[in-house]
Amino acid sequence: MTVLTDNRAQIIEISKKALPEHIVAFIEKCRQEPEPESQLIAVLHMVQAHFGYLGKDQMKAVAHLLRVPKAKVTGVATFYHFFRLEPRGKILINVCLGTACYVKGAEKIAQRLKDELGIGFGETSKDGMFTLENSRCLGTCGLAPVIMVNDEVIGPLAPDEVPMILERYIKKAKAEAEKSSPQ
Amino acid sequence: MPSSVQEFYQTLVARAEEAFAAREEGKKIVIQVGSATCEHAAGSREVLDEFRKHIISSGRKDIVLRQTGCTGRCSREPIVGVFIPGRMPVKYERVDRELVHDIFVQHVQGGAPITEHVLDAEQNKVSEYEFLFCDSSRCGWQGGLRIKDVFTEKLRAAGVDMERVKVSLASCFGACGKELAGTCSHVLVRPLKILYRVKSEADLDEIVQKQVLKGKIVEQLRVGDEPVSQEFFDVYGDVAFFNRQSRVALRNNGVVDPESFDEFIHYKGFKALATVLERGDPQWVIDEVTKARLRGRGGGGFPTGAKWTSATKNEEKIRYIICNADEGDPGAFMDRSMLESDPFNAIEGMIIGGFAVGAQRGFIYIRAEYPLAIRRIQHAMELCHKYGILGENIMNSGFAFDIEIRLGAGAFVCGEETALIRSIEGERGQPRIRPPYPSQSGLWGKPTVINNAETFANIAAIINYGGEWFNRLGTEKSGGTKVFALAGKVRHTGLVEVPLGTTLREIVYDIGGGVPKDKKLKAIQTGGPAGGCIPAKWADLAVDFDTLTQAGSIMGSGGMIVLDEDDCMVDIAKFYLSFSQDESCGKCTPCREGTTRILEILEKITGGDGTVEDLDRLERLAKLVNRSSLCGLGRAAPNPVLSTLKHFRAEYLAHVVDKRCPSKRCKALLHYEIDAEKCIGCTVCARNCPAECIAGARKTAHVIDAAKCVKCGRCFEVCRFDAVIRT
Repeated sequence: MTVLTDNRAQIIEISKKALPEHIVAFIEKCRQEPEPESQLIAVLHMVQAHFGYLGKDQMKAVAHLLRVPKAKVTGVATFYHFFRLEPRGKILINVCLGTACYVKGAEKIAQRLKDELGIGFGETSKDGMFTLENSRCLGTCGLAPVIMVNDEVIGPLAPDEVPMILERYIKKAKAEAEKSSPQ
Repeated sequence: MPSSVQEFYQTLVARAEEAFAAREEGKKIVIQVGSATCEHAAGSREVLDEFRKHIISSGRKDIVLRQTGCTGRCSREPIVGVFIPGRMPVKYERVDRELVHDIFVQHVQGGAPITEHVLDAEQNKVSEYEFLFCDSSRCGWQGGLRIKDVFTEKLRAAGVDMERVKVSLASCFGACGKELAGTCSHVLVRPLKILYRVKSEADLDEIVQKQVLKGKIVEQLRVGDEPVSQEFFDVYGDVAFFNRQSRVALRNNGVVDPESFDEFIHYKGFKALATVLERGDPQWVIDEVTKARLRGRGGGGFPTGAKWTSATKNEEKIRYIICNADEGDPGAFMDRSMLESDPFNAIEGMIIGGFAVGAQRGFIYIRAEYPLAIRRIQHAMELCHKYGILGENIMNSGFAFDIEIRLGAGAFVCGEETALIRSIEGERGQPRIRPPYPSQSGLWGKPTVINNAETFANIAAIINYGGEWFNRLGTEKSGGTKVFALAGKVRHTGLVEVPLGTTLREIVYDIGGGVPKDKKLKAIQTGGPAGGCIPAKWADLAVDFDTLTQAGSIMGSGGMIVLDEDDCMVDIAKFYLSFSQDESCGKCTPCREGTTRILEILEKITGGDGTVEDLDRLERLAKLVNRSSLCGLGRAAPNPVLSTLKHFRAEYLAHVVDKRCPSKRCKALLHYEIDAEKCIGCTVCARNCPAECIAGARKTAHVIDAAKCVKCGRCFEVCRFDAVIRT
C-alpha cells in the first residue's frame, strides 16, 4: 500500500529539523493505514499544539511527509479558523461572541479587552504577552458572557472585571517565568 | 452464536455489578460533584478537591466521593449532591469552598441539610417522602393534576404531617405501554425508588394507608419495570426545572460517572447493543427506528429509519457511519454536554447504527474546541476496546466495528454533511451538490450514514423500550424528545429535554422560569444562524420540525435563545448574518456574495443610513440567496432576516424612517443628553467620557457636545442621578 520513493529516508531526515519526533512518527504510522492524507487536519492540530502556530517550514515538512501538495496544506490551514499562521502570545484570550454571550453584552467585554491591551482581534501585544481572539461559541452559554484565558473559562463577566483578570494572569506568568529561571 | 452474546453481556454485567457493589454505595454517604466544561468553569474542580481534603481529615471510611457529568442546570453550577442512604437525595447549587465546609460539617457529618443552598429550593425543608405523579397528556389517566389533588386531600384527611411529604407533578415518565394508555397513571416514590401504577382512588387510599402511615411497600401496585428516566428522577425529581422535562437522550447526565464503564453497565448500558447483536437482524433495528419516527436531531429532521434503509439498499458493502458532533451553532451545547456526561451512550448508539447499516468503520467528527468531550470519548473508546465492545468480534457476535475520532478545526460549514465528509477526508470543508446523497456515495465514495450525536443518544433507549414507546412520546409526525440549549434572557439557563409538541411557553416559562428582571419576552430564536425569530405572541406554538419551519424558523440542532424587550431585532439579524457571511465557504456565488450584500444593507440600516427601499431590496436578496445557494448554510442564512422582517417590520421601519432604535441597541441611532434639572454637577460623567465631550463646572449642570460624542454610553452607565437621557 505504501509507496516509498527512493529518497524517503532523506525526506524524513530533513523533516525532522522542522517537526518533532512524535509528529514524524505519527505521520509514518498513518502512512501504513488506509487514506493517510485524510489525517492532514489531525497532523496540523498536532503541529499547532506543539508550536502554538503553523510555521512555513512545518507546513512544508508536513506536505513532504504526507505526500500532498503544499498548496493543499496551505489551503486547509487557511480554511479552518482554528489554525494560526502567526506565533501567539503567552496568554491567549478568547472572547466568546456566541449568541447567548452577545445578547448579554460580550461586545462590551471585547471592547474593554481591546482598550486595555491596545490590540484588536487576531493580534498579539508587542511584549508577546497577550493574543486576543474571538470564538463563535465556547458552549458554556449558561455562564454568558464568558471569555477563555488559555484553557480556563471565566464567566459570567462584567467589563469592569477585565483589568483585574489581566492583572492576575500577568502575575501568574511572571511568577512562572521566575520559577523557570531562578537567577 | 446468539446465546454467546447474552452470555458475554451477562459476564460483563456480573463483573461490573461486583465492582459496583464493592464500593458499597448503598451503605455509605455519597458526595457527588459535577464535572464538565461548564462545571469546571464554575469551579467544580476546587470543590472536589476541598471535599477530598475534608473526607481525608475526617478519617471517615463511610463517605464516597464521586464525579458525574453535567445535568444541564448551567446557571446553578457547580452542583453537588449529598446522598445519605434511606434519605431524600439533596443537591446543592453554586457550591464554593466555604459552602463545602458547611455542607460537610452540618449535612454529611451532622445529618442536617443546609436548606437555603439547596438547588432551586422552593421551601426551607427537605421532605421525608416525595410522590411524583406523571402528568403526561399523552398516556395519563384523568390528568395528573387531578390525581395529585385527590391524593393531597387524602393525605390531609388521614392526618399526615404535610411537612414530611411532598406531592409534585412530573412530565411523562414513559412508563405505560400502549395497552395501558388512558387506563392508569404512575407515581414515583422518592427516595425509595419505587414506582406504583394506580388505576383508581382505592389505589391511592392503599398508598396513603400503607406506604405513608405504616412505611410498608404496597406490593400489588408496584411496577417492576423501570421507566427510562427513573434513575434521573430518583435524584433530581424534586427540582421543578427537571421534573417538567422528559429525559431520554440525557437520561444519564448527572447520574453516571462519565469515566466509569462499570457504572454505565450498572445503568443498563450496552443492554440494547446486546439485544441487537443477539437478534442479529439489522432490518429489525431499522424497523424499530422507523417505528419510533426518530428524525435527525442535527437540524434537517430527515427520518433516521429512511436514511439507514437507503444505505443498506446500496450494493457496495464497504460502508461508513459518522457521528456529527461539530456543534458549531453559537448558543448550542447539547452535544458537548452529552459527550462529556455520557460518552458511552453515544458510542452504543453508533455501534448499533453501524450494525444496522452494515458499516465497518465509524467516525466521530467533533469540534477541537471541546477538549474535555474529546478526552472522555477517547477514554470511553479505550475501555470499550478493553471489554470487547469495540473492535473485532464485538460481544462475541462476530460483528467487527471500530470508531475513530476526527477533529474539526472551527468551520461552521462542516456541520453540513457533504462538507463534513470532505473535512474527514482531510480537505477544505466545502460542500458539494446533492444528490448523490452520502447514503449513496459519501466518504471516499462509499455509502455513508451521518447522524447527529443526539440522534445516536436516543438509539439505545429506542431499542430498550421499543420504537412504539418512543413514537408515543412525541407528536403525530415525529417521535421522542428534543434537547434544547436554553440561553439568553431567561432565568434558568441550561439543557432542557422535552417531548416534541411541547409549547415554547412551557419551555421558557415553566422550565426556564421566564424572563429575568420582569422584562417582557420579545422573541424566541431557534435553530441558530440558520433559524429565525419567533415572536412572543406565538409562544403557544407546539415545538416540532414542521411547526417551526412554518413559523419561518427551523428546529436546527436545538439552540434556543430568549430575547427580551432590550434586544433589537435588526441587530440580532445583523449578528447572525455576520456569522453566516464569515462562515460562508465561498464555493457558490449566491451565498458568498449574497450574505455579504445582505450584511451591508443591515449595517446601513443599523448605521442610520437605511431607506424604506432597502427593506424591499433586503427581502428580495434574502429570498434569492435562499433559493439559489448550494448547501444548507446558504439556503438557511437569510432566515434570521426573513423572519424578523416578517414579524418585526415595525422595528425595521423605526430604523429607516424615524432613524431610531426602539430597543436602544444600535449605537449610531442613539442620542445622549443631560437633563439639567437632574444633574448635580458631580463631574463623574465628564471624567469617564473617553471623547472628552462633556463640559461643565463642578456643581453646575453638564452638557454633552453631540458633535464630538462617540455614543459609547459610558456617561449613561456611570451617572447615579439618572440625569443622562438616552433616546
